[in-house]
Formats: sequence, C-alpha cells, structure tokens
Amino acid sequence: MEIKSDQFAYNGKVEGDVIVTRSDAVINWIRKHSVWPMPMGLACCAIELMASAASRYDISRFGMEVMRFSPRQSDCMIVAGTVTYKMAEVVRRIYDQMGDPKWVVAMGACASTGGMYRSYAVMQGVDNIVPVDVYVSGCPPRPEALLDAMMKLQDKIGKESSVSNLSKKQPVASA
Amino acid sequence: MIDDEFSSELMRKYSFLSKRVSVDWLTVECSPKNLVDLLQSLRDQEGFDILIDLTAVDHGEDCESRFSTVIHLYSLVHRGYIRVHSVCSDNDNPIMPSCAEIYPAANWHEREAYDMFGIKFTDHPNLKRILMWDDYPYFPLRKEFPLAGIDTPLPAADVAEVTDASVEPAPMMGGPFVSGASGPMSDSEPRAKDESWTEEMEKGS
Repeated sequence: MEIKSDQFAYNGKVEGDVIVTRSDAVINWIRKHSVWPMPMGLACCAIELMASAASRYDISRFGMEVMRFSPRQSDCMIVAGTVTYKMAEVVRRIYDQMGDPKWVVAMGACASTGGMYRSYAVMQGVDNIVPVDVYVSGCPPRPEALLDAMMKLQDKIGKESSVSNLSKKQPVASA
Repeated sequence: MIDDEFSSELMRKYSFLSKRVSVDWLTVECSPKNLVDLLQSLRDQEGFDILIDLTAVDHGEDCESRFSTVIHLYSLVHRGYIRVHSVCSDNDNPIMPSCAEIYPAANWHEREAYDMFGIKFTDHPNLKRILMWDDYPYFPLRKEFPLAGIDTPLPAADVAEVTDASVEPAPMMGGPFVSGASGPMSDSEPRAKDESWTEEMEKGS
C-alpha cells in the first residue's frame, strides 16, 4: 500500500491530546512555576521579603508564594539579611537539608557581600558557604527588586539542564 | 531626688566609696571586693531597683589598671541614676565579682562583657560567650584586637571542610562607605576616611 507522507502526521482524533516536546522544557516549566522559597530571614531584608509576600506586592502572581519554614519542603533559599560567622553554620546546614534541585537567592547587600558590616563577626557574602544563583542589590532591596530577582531565577531555571542540576558543586569562593 | 545632699549622705554611709568626676549623674568608685555588698545595699536600702546597664571598658594596653566595669542603676524612688565604676586589679586575667544574684538582669550583660573583654565574673551562674561562638579564641572589644578581625577557623569543622571557608579579616578599605586616601569625596553619601588598621597596616595614634 502506498503511504502518503502526511499520514505520519499526528492525528488528534485517533490518538488523543498529545504534545511532543523536550523533557527539559517540560520539567523546567513545571519547576519554575512552583518555586517554594525557604525564607532565611536574618535581618531587616526579611521585612521586605514579608512585604513582597503580602497583598501589595503579592509574590503569588509569579507562582512562588508557598513560603515554607521547613527546608525539606522548599527548593529555593532566600538569604535575607546579615550572615554572621556564628549563623553561617546554620545557613549551610539548612541548605544541606533542602532536597535537590535547589537554588539560592542572596537578598541585599549583606547576604551578597557583607554589606556595610566590614567586621570580625560578619561573613563577607553568603557565597562563601552556599552556591548563589541570583544576587539582589539594595539595603534593603525593595519588594520589586526581589520579585525581579525571582523572575530572573525562573528564567535561569528554564535554561538549566533538568538533570545536571540535581547535584551542585560548591563553587570555590574568590579570595 | 539625687542631689548633693543625697550623694554626701551616701558617701558617709559607705566609707569605702570615692566619688568620680561626672558631668551628669552621681558616679562612685568601688573596689571589686566591696562591690557585691554595695549593690546589695543600694538595691535593698537605697532604692536603686533597676539595673540599666552593665558594661566594661578597656583603657588601653599601657594603662596601669586596664579593665574596669561600669554599672548603671536606676531608682524609681529617687527618679535618678547612679553609676558604679570598679577597676579590675589584674590586667592579664581580669576578674570581677558577679552581681547576677542581686540583679538577674546582669546575667547576660556580664556574659557580654566576658565575651567582648574577657573579664571573668566570679560566681556567675552561666559564664559563657553570648555573641561569639563558644570556642572563639579572642576578645573582640579589647584594644589590641583589630576591627577587621583575625583569621580563625569556622565554628563548624564539617562546614569548613565542605565549603573551604574560614573567618577572614574584613578591613574597611575596599568596603562601602569608605573613601580612598585621595580623590574627591562625595557630599551626597555617608563617607569616612579609612583609618582602620590590620595586621599589615600600622595602628594610628
């Protein structure tokens, strides 16, 4: 029997609603629209973090409003505030308890670089102990800045390989 | 009211006290061995019922008596303050009697003074560090300690092993809100000339 080339085409009436795509695209699409942030609120940035979750700025418009205070239920740690050396241990342990894949947002000057605290007690950037995906400038950043950062994180998740980010290497902090 | 009459009466009652120069409230000098008795009577007989603050001073490495503690008490009866200053006798191993038994509020203040200055408060119920982690080797508010800090291992050895991080000095130079030694200074932002000192940079006078 002669087979015409258009018979290979997808017939929705016979085979049902099927969409053909890459697995990366689907998995990342699912992941980036259900980011569950872990609010690591350590200082005044945490107040802005709360504001961005409240009604005026409403982080739920972007699909990441499910703030979980348990690291085991979350996949994005928002480090909001000053990380002291004493607290660094805790931050790292909580990060370790989060399931893969996981992402970190350094919110504000302190979490990104130590900020104005150039002192013996303050870690000069949380990227010394955890791999940071997005840095947010500001002291503290406005909620819009955090929303922008979270959207940037969504873009980043969308471009990642959905399998290779299951095991993240600790980047060596620059001296 | 805490006036001249009150203070001379107080000095007469407690003859071991001496008066210190002060621009505001009555300030007395008390030796450590009389401190507990004095505070007990100040609370029970003189009506100083609230401990406002307890802190320490490092007068400098070259000073004859280097460390002292300062206690601020408030009286709801007299509506005024008294300041009690006591000098630690030993410069290398400063010791002061604890007054946490008399004023429970002093408990954490004394822990902080121990944490920052290394002053040991005898008979304190729980004298351990309150701000820095337990095995931190230095006392950060002592004069010889640089603001930037000193290289130390991280408190958690396993985290340090995974992350290769340690407690590093963070000098002011290169940080925000610090101007370089030369060049124009901004008027619109907070700024300061860098006068910090580290292991490399000599301490200014």
